[in-house]
Amino acid sequence: MTPLWLAVVVAAVGSYLLKLAGVSLPESILNHPKVQRVAELLPVAMLSALVAAELFDGGRRYAVDWPMLAGVAAGVVALLLRRGFLEVFLIAIAVTALLRLVT
Amino acid sequence: MDEPPPERAAILKAAIGIGLYAMAFGASFGAISVSSGLTLAQTMVLSLVMFTGASQFAFVGVATAGGSPIAAVPASLLLGVRNAFYGVPLSEILHPHGLARLWTAHFVIDETTAMAVSQGTPRARRYAFWATGLILFCLWQLGSLTGALIGRAVNPSDVGLDAAAPAVFLALLWPSLRRREARWVALGGAAVALVLVPLTPTGIPVIAAAAVALVGGLRSSRAGEERIPDREPK
Repeated sequence: MTPLWLAVVVAAVGSYLLKLAGVSLPESILNHPKVQRVAELLPVAMLSALVAAELFDGGRRYAVDWPMLAGVAAGVVALLLRRGFLEVFLIAIAVTALLRLVT
Repeated sequence: MDEPPPERAAILKAAIGIGLYAMAFGASFGAISVSSGLTLAQTMVLSLVMFTGASQFAFVGVATAGGSPIAAVPASLLLGVRNAFYGVPLSEILHPHGLARLWTAHFVIDETTAMAVSQGTPRARRYAFWATGLILFCLWQLGSLTGALIGRAVNPSDVGLDAAAPAVFLALLWPSLRRREARWVALGGAAVALVLVPLTPTGIPVIAAAAVALVGGLRSSRAGEERIPDREPK
């Protein structure tokens, strides 16, 4: 089994076990307000970290791909204009692809 | 099974709408996954077994960024922690016992929780959970498979697909940024990741950002801030 396969299987089964724990554990453990607040903020902190890493992580150094950065910036403009997920997605990839084509 | 037809029809209609959205989301996942270097089989194992969108994107992003793929395990699991907390309201609605827990658990995600808790009667809540869960599961797989096949046919960076993952993450993040506290946590998470980029192996900056959620969550509870549950789309 390659390391990638191992990671796929462990992460997939682990994700399922987290869901199973939620419907199996005594409620008192998960119903603690502090614990719940941390759980709500985890995706916020990690998704923004993922965005930062996707945009600027060049593997132990900073790196920027300008067409990609511009595409994501266009996606942010779409979000500010209250566009839905699908439009944000399409605008980001279209702007990136166009800039790659002309540069 | 004797839910008044208009209510069930409305739930079903909403569930199909969510399913179609999930299909598009699944297609972008499939395309990004395969173009990042996962095989078709690995992509489908993630969609079938992991079956929680943000974790799947995070897995692919971290596993293929150049570091050890093992770093993708904590990154995706930490993002999946919220699903465990959805078990609290859903257990009250579904009362799963024994073996039923095993398959009920698989469908505990953002969308099924949001749909179930927003219905007025216990019967409607159960119906909403299962209708949303089953429709979304099928369309998520269909979308993932289609996207993966497309991702193999074209050069992903030619069509700008590398911009898709960060744009999708931002779209996922967006609704929760209405809260001031969440905005600070988002900025903090990004800042921690950026500072660590040159210092740590790939994948670690994202995992370390979890500490910001820990600090933010404990601080805000001390301030006694009202908890506002928000469910971001998958």
